[in-house]
Amino acid sequence: MNWEAVIGVEIHVKLKSEYKLFCNDRAVFGDEPNTHICPVCMGLPGALPVLNPEAVGLALRTALAFGCTIHFESVWARKSYFYPDLPKGYQITQFEHPLATKGSVTFSGSEDDISVSIRRVHIEEDAGKLLHDKVPRASAIDLNRAGTALVEIVTEPDLRTAADVRLFLGELKQTLEYIGASNCNMEEGDLRVDANVSVRRPGSSRLGNKTEIKNVNSFSGVERALSMEISRQIATLDAGSVVGQQTLLWDDHREELRKMRSKEESHDYRYFPEPDLSPVRVTQEQVTTVLESLPELPRDRCSRFKEVYELKDYDAEVLTQSAANADYFEELVGIQIDPHVAAKWVTGPLQAVMNQRREDAETVPVRPAKIAALIGLIERGVVSESAAKSVLVILVQEGGSPSDIIEARGLMQERDIGQLTSWVTEVLAKHSEEVARYRGGESKILGYLVGQVMHSSGGTADPRLVRDLLIEQLSNEQGQ
Amino acid sequence: MSLQDEILSSSEVLDFRGSTLRSLDDIKELEDGPEGLNAFLAVAEPEDLEACGQGPLEGVMVALKDNICTKRLPTTCGSRILKGYRSPYEATAVQRLRQAGALIAGKTNLDEFGMGSSTENSAFGPTLNPVDRSLVPGGSSGGSAAAVAAGYVRMALGSDTGGSVRQPAAFCGVVGIKPTYGRISRYGLIAFASSLDQIGTIGATVLEASLLLEVVSGHDTRDSTSAEKPVPRYRDAAVQSIKGMVVGIPTEYFPEQLDPPVRALLDEACERLVAAGAEGRPVSLPHTEFAIPCYYVLATAEASSNLARYDGVRFGARLPAEGLDRMYELTRGKFGAEVKRRIMLGTYVLSSGYYDAYYGTAQRTRASIAHDFTTAFNEVDVLFTPTSPTPAFPLGERVLDPVAMYLSDVFTVTANLAGIPGLSVPIGTVGGLPLGGQLLGPWWGESHIIAAAGALEASYGEDT
Ligand SMILES: [Zn+2]
Repeated sequence: MNWEAVIGVEIHVKLKSEYKLFCNDRAVFGDEPNTHICPVCMGLPGALPVLNPEAVGLALRTALAFGCTIHFESVWARKSYFYPDLPKGYQITQFEHPLATKGSVTFSGSEDDISVSIRRVHIEEDAGKLLHDKVPRASAIDLNRAGTALVEIVTEPDLRTAADVRLFLGELKQTLEYIGASNCNMEEGDLRVDANVSVRRPGSSRLGNKTEIKNVNSFSGVERALSMEISRQIATLDAGSVVGQQTLLWDDHREELRKMRSKEESHDYRYFPEPDLSPVRVTQEQVTTVLESLPELPRDRCSRFKEVYELKDYDAEVLTQSAANADYFEELVGIQIDPHVAAKWVTGPLQAVMNQRREDAETVPVRPAKIAALIGLIERGVVSESAAKSVLVILVQEGGSPSDIIEARGLMQERDIGQLTSWVTEVLAKHSEEVARYRGGESKILGYLVGQVMHSSGGTADPRLVRDLLIEQLSNEQGQ
Repeated sequence: MSLQDEILSSSEVLDFRGSTLRSLDDIKELEDGPEGLNAFLAVAEPEDLEACGQGPLEGVMVALKDNICTKRLPTTCGSRILKGYRSPYEATAVQRLRQAGALIAGKTNLDEFGMGSSTENSAFGPTLNPVDRSLVPGGSSGGSAAAVAAGYVRMALGSDTGGSVRQPAAFCGVVGIKPTYGRISRYGLIAFASSLDQIGTIGATVLEASLLLEVVSGHDTRDSTSAEKPVPRYRDAAVQSIKGMVVGIPTEYFPEQLDPPVRALLDEACERLVAAGAEGRPVSLPHTEFAIPCYYVLATAEASSNLARYDGVRFGARLPAEGLDRMYELTRGKFGAEVKRRIMLGTYVLSSGYYDAYYGTAQRTRASIAHDFTTAFNEVDVLFTPTSPTPAFPLGERVLDPVAMYLSDVFTVTANLAGIPGLSVPIGTVGGLPLGGQLLGPWWGESHIIAAAGALEASYGEDT
């Protein structure tokens, strides 16, 4: 019999805020333990939180990017539990009155476009970290992360497969990066996912007992954990048993789900309004300002690229994966470069250079105007396309102007018919077999021969002339 | 000579250096001697008296309740869990004191974490009332009130969550002011119940308590609940005329059960206010009877959360044990009985299933109590009430009866619930024991209650 999974997720996102949520410490990852701490984030007696408005701005961007309704007044609450990485014995979060509710995210699912409703977006502080390998036979605590700003995004149970959850998370991550709300660095734990899942008969409106999967910090981990849990629930139901409500911890190394001790999950968080902070007040004006400053979201931009620039799906998707690449592309188009040529350069040679240098389109030292100049030189026949790629590498390493580099290094395109003819003759002499195949009707082999001539010329020959000369010589000698 | 100069020069600690240093020795000698009150948990050493600014308190010694963070002296909250704890930072109020030239004489005894009305809940023994050493000094700021009443210092800071400055001031025969919520920064005041806590001032006279208030008040960016309101010259209010001031007498604060001599002193104080030019008018604050339960739900709820950080992990006491849960249990077992009682009460009222019945109801009641005051202050400038139903009671009398102890806060908790300022001023003695009259004002109405208290003080002063 058929079963259908019903999945909702909660994502904790570390905001790209320079300072912690309630104190003046910088929010940085990877520094020496306990070097960014103060009485407030250590929870020392008498210290009080003071809200950092930067974090609210980023949370607002997040909520508005997902089309949420913003609440003009949202209330801080204390969530109480004891754990050594939680300095005050409570986390400052939002509970009854969150910053925003009721949004949605549309993404390309494995089959169709899927729309997932966002239940709420709220702001909260992160806890510190336990270090189990710093001190022998004891745990140490690093509070550098304590008090850094997070948003929690909670979806409705609108997802149906583990694969779709992964695609949804990809869309979410891309959007968060686009709007500058988070760096989304997975290795640093910038995105952490909890998922709850149940299975039921397709079409049934009743939900089965659900389990919660916690502690997953990679998208592939989420997919694997969910697949495993869905199979387990189906097997349980098929065997005539009942799925028990429980919380499971995902162990990424062992690839297994561990049942939480019942004591660990029997928390009563005793939420109540945080008396040390006034409610967060947001004005319509602020909302309008943020809405105006939001960039076009990746999905919309991708559709526009396909429609307006007539790009292929693949090119449009690759280009819009990062806002910086897409901006770079549009700048090229803005200086009259043909969109297809621009797409080819950004996704090809430029991307190769950026990958090698671990840079993105925002920081790569060659700006669009120079690439445009280089493309212009190709179009005017001054430099061959393959030589132009070498010019790009030099531009990145040394700077300068494309035409100077071409001249200084002798990378001008060779168009002298006498010189070209001698290269062509030489290549034909060396490749009698290919010549015979061409004459035998295998016309595709011409490309190979062009490539050989280009190689002989060190990439400087004008490929169009080479091609013409090859065809001419091959047909001239036809009768011999 | 202005009145201010006159009062300050009458203080034996004013002559900086020589006399100050002798005073510190005096305090130690008195406290260590047979007449010791156990008012101080720590007395400063001469080298602790840091260089200070030049201001209205230059060279004046001020004592601090030991729940206000200081860098040079320990801050214990009267608790074994913070025994010997040294704060790495200083409370904003202390910084303001030092900028104004004050010298920090020492840290005074209190009910553990401010939880109590007699200073008997201190882990370091009770403070005795200097008026009669068999009586409690009130609490929780009992050490500060006793230190001022005994003449160790002329001024002290306390904290007031449900009457903890006003009630001990009344029991010891000195002046105590709890200002409007948000008037004084709470940064560095160790929290008991954050939405009710305010630092308050205790002085030998209305002028001194007012001057101290003026110095420590004002906005602080490190406390989001502190208000961006200018600070008036409260010292001037202390000598202002109250001609035409309307004084409301809330009937709910004068129950039948008040002892006739207490009642007589209160009536006399009203007459003196009228004689000074005020007009008396009866008013009603109908929700007063719900104040005590409302207060004990909200205060314990917040306390259960505020005291969660004393877990043995980062600072303070830690009792080593196998396993984390056991370490928590043993360490937190160091809290005293009253603190444990309140943590349990607070945990209970916040637990799921009970939250709305207790916390939710208490919050709605709090709004009704605040509304009573808003209505009353549409008609009157200040309210006059007793500070406490009785004068100081004997040590040990109510230790085993927490409810009787809680009920002694009946006239003071309403000001904390409503956030309004309150002040206790001596209005004579009953059987040789001082009685306090309480003046309550509207939000930011400190100047009015100071003026009324100043007029009363002057009126009694004329008798002698
Ligand atoms: Zn900090």
